[in-house]
Amino acid sequence: MKLTNRAKPIDNSPMTVAERLYIPAIANGMGITLKHFFKKKATINYPEVQRPFSPVFRGLHVLKRDEQGRERCTACGLCAVACPAEAITMTAAERKKGEEHLYREEKYAAEYEINMLRCIFCGLCEEACPKAAIFLQPDKIAPAFYERDEVIFGKDRLVEKMDDRATTGIEKYTGVKS
Amino acid sequence: MDPLLVKALIIIAIFGITLLIATYSTWAERKVAAFIQDRNGPNRAGWGGLLQPIADAGKMFFKEDFIPASANKWLFIFGPSLAMLTALMASAVIPFGDTILVGGQEIQVQAIEVNIGILYVFGVVSLGVYGIMIGGWASNNKFSLLGAVRAASQNISYELAMGLSIIAILLMSGSLSIRAIVEGQHGGNWNILYQPLGFIIFLTCAFAECNRTPFDLPECETELIGGYHTEYSSMKLGFYLFAEYINMFASSAVTACLFLGGFNYPFMDDVRNGLISSLGDVTGHNVATAIGTLVFFAKILFGIFFFMWVRWTLPRFRYDQLMSLGWKALIPLAILNVVLTAAGVLLEMRWLPWLAVIVIVAVAIVQAAMAPKKQLRTQRV
Ligand code: SF4
Ligand code: SF4
Repeated sequence: MKLTNRAKPIDNSPMTVAERLYIPAIANGMGITLKHFFKKKATINYPEVQRPFSPVFRGLHVLKRDEQGRERCTACGLCAVACPAEAITMTAAERKKGEEHLYREEKYAAEYEINMLRCIFCGLCEEACPKAAIFLQPDKIAPAFYERDEVIFGKDRLVEKMDDRATTGIEKYTGVKS
Repeated sequence: MDPLLVKALIIIAIFGITLLIATYSTWAERKVAAFIQDRNGPNRAGWGGLLQPIADAGKMFFKEDFIPASANKWLFIFGPSLAMLTALMASAVIPFGDTILVGGQEIQVQAIEVNIGILYVFGVVSLGVYGIMIGGWASNNKFSLLGAVRAASQNISYELAMGLSIIAILLMSGSLSIRAIVEGQHGGNWNILYQPLGFIIFLTCAFAECNRTPFDLPECETELIGGYHTEYSSMKLGFYLFAEYINMFASSAVTACLFLGGFNYPFMDDVRNGLISSLGDVTGHNVATAIGTLVFFAKILFGIFFFMWVRWTLPRFRYDQLMSLGWKALIPLAILNVVLTAAGVLLEMRWLPWLAVIVIVAVAIVQAAMAPKKQLRTQRV
């Protein structure tokens, strides 16, 4: 019966005396482990040493602002529709007079939440967004959680800070740094 | 200084060193395991992870100390205590060094010198299995009991071969005192040079007696969950694990005494004479003894490393393999070794036990050369 395509050569002939003594085989094995004892260790001492991320790494989400610091998201909901894990929810609101410096479009997301336990970091929200508002940062990992309520990221943690602009990783498509 | 006081200090020092080495064996075990597997091992607690054993002990103390409702409470507590007690007793008769001169008196660097030292070690080590047996029985758990029964039958089987291999040593030294055996190997005249087969048998049995891989069937996780200590938690479990490391230290020490010359090393007389002529009688002698003790500890530490090295190389035996190795291979070989040694002593040819090794190696080589070529069949998996 053929179950897989893998095969390994085996030997069913009776063992010789040398094999039944075990000692040559044991000595051989101990030699191998001793060699590994002095080998270079494979461990990377995180957090002191960090492995470089891939340029297309999909990390923690960020809601971008434009050059004048206005939020780009227009609460169109396309990201939520695109999201296979149904991790995104939002509430839309209308921009009032005098808020033009806060929101770029007339409609904006009053609430915008991503459930990081549901999210699979596929990046489809980033691709769906027509306003180039949501991005998965190539240099930040979603943090670990201690409590359930830390899992849902609201706008307070998603919208980028003006004094700490996020990298979007857009250069992976355009070659232009954002 | 009062010789009694010196003796008390020596006893306390040996006790402390035993505990210290056992403590750091747990650290070394993890380091050796890690290094063999190309990892780093514990390196966060203290420099190079040196505080790890203390952190582990602290963790053990703060775990819930749980006694199962159906367990026999007193025996459940008695089991690990007995394991720990017997483990600590074994190092009492081991000669850690020659003598030191204090106030014109010669004092042996040894807790107690008894003229049946090796029998004492043997007795205490076999008592150790009671700790496991009692713990496994008192847990009132089938897996624990199975582990304990395994431990008991394994220890009994391997004690035979071990005793026989020691008898060969006793034939050569003519004394049961470990100090006398060690002194009989003065200089580089170690017993391993005359007892190659005995050494291998003794070492194998020592692994089995300590319940170390490849003979750690009493705590075989794949079959018995945790074996005899399945129901144990907190420091009671710690005692069992710790007793294993102390046993390892004790059996390395006994191996070093019986086969590797104890505190003897080549050219020790030249070193001693040189020290005496440069430092004076008393200081020179004491310094020479200290060097011997250091050499002895180096041998013990290498023994412990060897235990770990083997543990992280070899897989566990199957139980029937364990039994057939013990009864069908080691005991006959040990008897052969005793006979050859006796003949050697009688004919004054001390190298005679090598004959067995030479014959076995020759047979193995010839048979391997004559064996039909291996035919590899390809089998689908
Ligand atoms: S990365 Fe994927 S799963 Fe996560 S929010 Fe975006 S679309 Fe949903
Ligand atoms: S992030 Fe983009 S896709 Fe999602 S609601 Fe805002 S504008 Fe629409």
